[in-house]
Amino acid sequence: MKTPKILKNFSAEKWGPLLALVILFVISAIASPYFLKTRNLMNILRQVSYTGIIGLGMTFVIITGGIDLSVGSMTALVGGIAILVLNALGGGIWAIIVAVLAAIGIGAGFGAINGLVITKGRVAPFIVTLGTMAIYRSLTLYISGAGEFRSQSDLFPELGMGYFLGIPIPVWIFIGLAVLFSVILNHTRYGRYICAIGSNERVAKYAAIKIDRIRFLAYVIIGVTVAVTAVLLSSRLNSISSSNAGQNYELDAIAAVIIGGTAMSGGSGTIFGTVIGAIILGIVNNMLNMLGVSPYLQGTVKGLVIIGAVLIQRKKKQ
Amino acid sequence: MGGDILRIEGISKEFSKVRVLNNVQLDIEKGEVVGIIGENGAGKSTLIKIISGIYTPTEGELYFEGKRIEEFNPLNARKLGISLIPQEFNLIGELTVFENIFLGKEYRKKVLLNKRRMIERTKELLAELHTQIDPTEKIQNLSVAQKQMVEIAKSLAYDSKFLIMDEPTTVLTGSEIEVLFKIMNKLKERGVTIIYISHKLKEIKTICDRVMVLRDGEQIVVEAIENVDEHRMATLMVGRELSQIFPPKLNIADEKVLEVENISVRGKLKDISFDLRKGEILGFAGLVGAGRTEMAETLIGIRKKSSGAVRINGKEVTIRNPGDSIRKKLAYLSEDRQGTGIITSFDIIENITLSSLPEYARILIDHKKERAAAQYYVDSFKIKAASLQTALEFFSGGNQQKVSLAKSLDTKPEILIVDEPTRGIDVNAKREIYYFLNELAQKGISCIFISSELEEIIGMCSRVVVMKEGKITGILQGNDINEEEIMLHATGLKGVA
Repeated sequence: MKTPKILKNFSAEKWGPLLALVILFVISAIASPYFLKTRNLMNILRQVSYTGIIGLGMTFVIITGGIDLSVGSMTALVGGIAILVLNALGGGIWAIIVAVLAAIGIGAGFGAINGLVITKGRVAPFIVTLGTMAIYRSLTLYISGAGEFRSQSDLFPELGMGYFLGIPIPVWIFIGLAVLFSVILNHTRYGRYICAIGSNERVAKYAAIKIDRIRFLAYVIIGVTVAVTAVLLSSRLNSISSSNAGQNYELDAIAAVIIGGTAMSGGSGTIFGTVIGAIILGIVNNMLNMLGVSPYLQGTVKGLVIIGAVLIQRKKKQ
Repeated sequence: MGGDILRIEGISKEFSKVRVLNNVQLDIEKGEVVGIIGENGAGKSTLIKIISGIYTPTEGELYFEGKRIEEFNPLNARKLGISLIPQEFNLIGELTVFENIFLGKEYRKKVLLNKRRMIERTKELLAELHTQIDPTEKIQNLSVAQKQMVEIAKSLAYDSKFLIMDEPTTVLTGSEIEVLFKIMNKLKERGVTIIYISHKLKEIKTICDRVMVLRDGEQIVVEAIENVDEHRMATLMVGRELSQIFPPKLNIADEKVLEVENISVRGKLKDISFDLRKGEILGFAGLVGAGRTEMAETLIGIRKKSSGAVRINGKEVTIRNPGDSIRKKLAYLSEDRQGTGIITSFDIIENITLSSLPEYARILIDHKKERAAAQYYVDSFKIKAASLQTALEFFSGGNQQKVSLAKSLDTKPEILIVDEPTRGIDVNAKREIYYFLNELAQKGISCIFISSELEEIIGMCSRVVVMKEGKITGILQGNDINEEEIMLHATGLKGVA
């Protein structure tokens, strides 16, 4: 009997996170009557979208065996520059379009810088992106004088605040990108090649795969996802705080990927898992808020969830 | 009397209800060398994994020195003095030779490591093996043969009473094998018992006292080695008379498809020149480290040549990377199956189309076309697999090799370089690969056949290039293709170096 591809992908790797999500959902619904309100659920999804979108790019990077720690700082810098462009052009619809395109270009550019140093300079991704994490944040603070980038457009917030068919626009974009990334991962050469490189770089090299180009591209792609998030975030607040915007986004994005069952060692992973992982994190955050847990303790819970998820995966493998 | 060191009593093993080993009975005496032979999937690996504590048997008992083994785990086995030298080495590339040998049982001076003593002891162990390896060299800089020696030294360092060697000679040259046999005899005198697994029946005949034949998980026979010859062993293994193992040799055409002129690679190759004719199987013989793999890697653009020219069909070509090589219709089957050949976590389909994926994808991958191609190779190579979507890690060496070969062929090459294509696979699979290469040659695909097994070089090739230390020492033809001539050239006693 031939097993359809969908069934094969629907193995334990995928079931675990989904099961965890269902259990968490039920517990949350019982714990707080407010949880199931549409408004709350939509809020969770909107919150999840920002780091979830970056998580999509992070999935690719982690599958290649890499990591990107600079995404949080990059979000702030790209968002800030987007607002500067927007204000310079007057804040109309065309200004918004140009600002969005500029953001995407700049995000890709920042990603390309990471990718170039990693592939051509042969420096470990962890080190490179740790460095650029500091650089991008420092530039953001410098440009804004450690203050805020404030948009003067009345139209811009529509993007981040708006709804389409009752669902927030960022959520639509998250879903759309997730589908796109899933198709890339499962049905294109690029997706096959990142898995090959993450599994065994030497085999990939002998198989005539252009390793440097593929890995470089993974960092450009995550740069683009950062740009999308940066635009959505700055539009929601109509401003970007140079010190707070994108804070800990790298943690949330990596956590979503890991909770979703993608191995840190690279080689394989699923977009579906990452989406589930992001939603799990979102619900945990939401519940902690609603149950009145001190915001200072939320990091502790998040950390425990990440470590727990990895521990469970370890157990399953043995 | 009977099994004073190891007694195997009715051992069976099932994996998810599939019986891979059935009721094996064997008594092994102290100081014996027992050979275990069988085709891939016959149950050899399962049996030795049970003995070395990696698997727990489904049924049956194991007695070591008269005591029943209660708990099956590798640590326990090691404590009893059982050591396994696996086919795929357990060495850490980043660490040095002595660090690997003493991993987990380092000599100490109070809290600090006593490096000097460990290095000294490593030197002693390696000297016993007649190998000159620098104890402070990193493993990743060693050749495969040297790594093998380090593995053996490691088990000596454990003072093992019972040694299991899984295909130890596949990567060794003739003289290295002789050294290994000497060492085995020495160990035997010391009272060490050895289980020896090999596909090379000649070696079994030479070194073993008794031989056990497994087929499809069943124990076919255990015989004193005097009572069986190689032919008999082969017949017992496959369960039927073996027909001719090598296909008839092909004539050499005049048309040159590949001409290599004075290729050099700094420190590796010097002035390599030869030509390959259409539909020819051109052998490349030599000792390990002679530069044959480096020559292949240079041709496909993995290594940079410092000088020289390559012509394909009369036209000079520049091949800078494996991609160029594929475009010039030149494919390479790597000697290091798991290192550079296949991705063990990928399934058959994904492996076979890895090099040729552009043929299956414009924007999206055509999964149907991919599947059909994989099915074609599975059928024509008789690859045994539960499904096309089984990850290769669950495959036997022979089946992995067939997939690796299919991957090379799926780039539709006109020139195919195969490097140790039959390493670590059984007689039947070998034969299939020989006949397959022959068929390809008849279809006009020219083949460079690199092998350290003289028998197959002699059996398959109409011309043989012999290399030594990065240089060609001779190109043999006709009656000159024999073991003696090849060895004389390979060791540099004959031919221009």
